[in-house]
Formats: sequence, C-alpha cells, structure tokens
Amino acid sequence: MLTVHDKAPDFTLFATPDQKVSLSEFRGSNVVLAFYPADWSPVCSDQMALYNEMLKYFKKYNAQILGISVDSRWCHLAFSQSRNLHFPLLADFEPKGDISKQYGVYNEAEGECDRALFVIGKDGVIAWSYRSPTAINPGADGILDALESLTNH
Amino acid sequence: MLLKPSVSSQDHAIGKADANLVIVEYGDYQCPYCGAAYPVLKELMREFGDQIKFVFRNFPLSEIHPFARPAALVAEAAALQGKFWEMHDAIYENQSSLSTDFLFELADQLGLDPTQLQSDLKQDSVEERVDADFESGMRSGVNGTPSFFVNGQKFNGGAENLLDLIRSNAS
Repeated sequence: MLTVHDKAPDFTLFATPDQKVSLSEFRGSNVVLAFYPADWSPVCSDQMALYNEMLKYFKKYNAQILGISVDSRWCHLAFSQSRNLHFPLLADFEPKGDISKQYGVYNEAEGECDRALFVIGKDGVIAWSYRSPTAINPGADGILDALESLTNH
Repeated sequence: MLLKPSVSSQDHAIGKADANLVIVEYGDYQCPYCGAAYPVLKELMREFGDQIKFVFRNFPLSEIHPFARPAALVAEAAALQGKFWEMHDAIYENQSSLSTDFLFELADQLGLDPTQLQSDLKQDSVEERVDADFESGMRSGVNGTPSFFVNGQKFNGGAENLLDLIRSNAS
C-alpha cells in the first residue's frame, strides 16, 4: 500500500457514463481518494453518505473527495443517484482493479479493493493513508486531521 | 476514538447530572436505526437514569434524510423554551410521520410559543448549534448514526449492546 511521501500514481477513469476524470486535473487542490469495496453494500453506503454531508468541510480545506471502486460506471451512476451523492465515483472497472493495484489496495480474494483512504496534497504527493479493517467504516476524523496539517504547513 | 469536545454544560443532558457514567449519542432524527435505538435508550434511562448521564448531539444526514436537519433545528429551538427532551422524544415517537408541518404540530402539542419558535428558528445560533454538533461528530470519528460514546470513548456497538453492557456491569 502506498504511503506518506509516495507520489500518487496518476490515472484516468470514468466518473460518469460518458466522462473521464484524471487525478492530475486536481493538481493545485488537495484530493481525498476513498477506495471502497462495493456500491450498495451497507458499510460503503454509510461511508459515502457521511462524505456527502461533509463536502463543505472538504471545500474549506481546498480538497476534492473522490470515491473509487471496481464497480462499473453505470452501477456508480445508479448508486450515486439513489444516495444523492454530489461527488464523483470513479470506476476502476477495466482493466479491473488496475488503479487499486497501483495504490496497493486490491484484494485478490474478493475481487474488490480494500477500504482505504489517501489524502493527496496539491503537489500530487500522498500526505496520509489508511487501510480500514474489514467492514469498518473509518469515519472522517483521520482525513480532516490530514487536511488540517496540509493546510497549516 | 475520543469524544471531541468532551461533554459540557452546553450539551443537552438527562439523568444524573454528576454521574460517573456518561453516554453520548450522535443521532439523526430521521434515521431508522436511531428510531429503533430510541426505545432501548428510554429503557436504559428508566433502569439506570439515577446513575447515568445521557447526552444527545445532532448528526443529521440531510442528503438521505430531508427532515433530519429541520427536526434538529426545531428541537434546538424547543430547547430555547426549555422543551428539548420533550421535542426530542416526540420526534422519535412519531418518526414515521415526520414532515415540516408535523414538526410545528408537535411544537403546538408541546405548548411551545409558536411566534417565539418561528423567530428562534431564524437565529443563526440555532443553525450553528447543529453544525457544531455535526463537526464535533466528524472530529470524534462518528461514521454513521446512531454513534455512542461512553465516558468519552467511542463505543463500537448499538443501543442494545450498550444496555447489555450496563446491565451486566450492574449485576
């Protein structure tokens, strides 16, 4: 798993059925990259709902939150609409889990990524990372602490 | 995970004021799990209210529960007329009927001054109070509702687990 001071590998993934997003587009902002196992599962749903309520706090730290899982862009669209999400969900779908593998959070046994958080600074370098134990929603305090220390120095 | 900030006189609390056991709930008025926890917490306070202080903090998930924040605001406004817990209880007891009109109906039933309530709801301080609770929850590692803290430490379980734990410690 990539960790503090590693350069965050760039990627380009579908964020909507017809629109791709690259990590490098966010250079100059902080990025919170939230890998989660699966759309619709209860823990992931709660976790994404929490981040969705926190958008104004992320904005305060000049941070963009991106969800990412191996689900397809159409699955993401339906999930996102059903939960009223206002941030992008990226489809690490084909080649399956390619980006999860690059970040070291792909779970071969499950065919999903693990639940892992990366806070990436404006310079594209990882400032904080965390892998959550199975089925545990990590909340957001770690993200906020990381963003706070990025903004302060 | 530690509760930040810790419980103070600013919090809405019931039970024993200077209890050694302090339980904090972060709750959303429209959350079905919070609704299910409500009678269990009532039972907890019925059995142990003379030993426990119970605190409620707001954690409305507005995007999935459109009436969660309005309900939180009305409860905070009710608090300004000294009826926080009456409103808190009335909302959870009627959770399935939540709507904006219904919140005012409840306020009426509780004998709140409607003019005062309307003017309090326009106060920034009421909004800020709900936001401050939400922010404290984020900082404390709240990841969904209800989330409980026992003596300032995050409790990894629901209301039933909490009641079981306290019952087994008491016996």
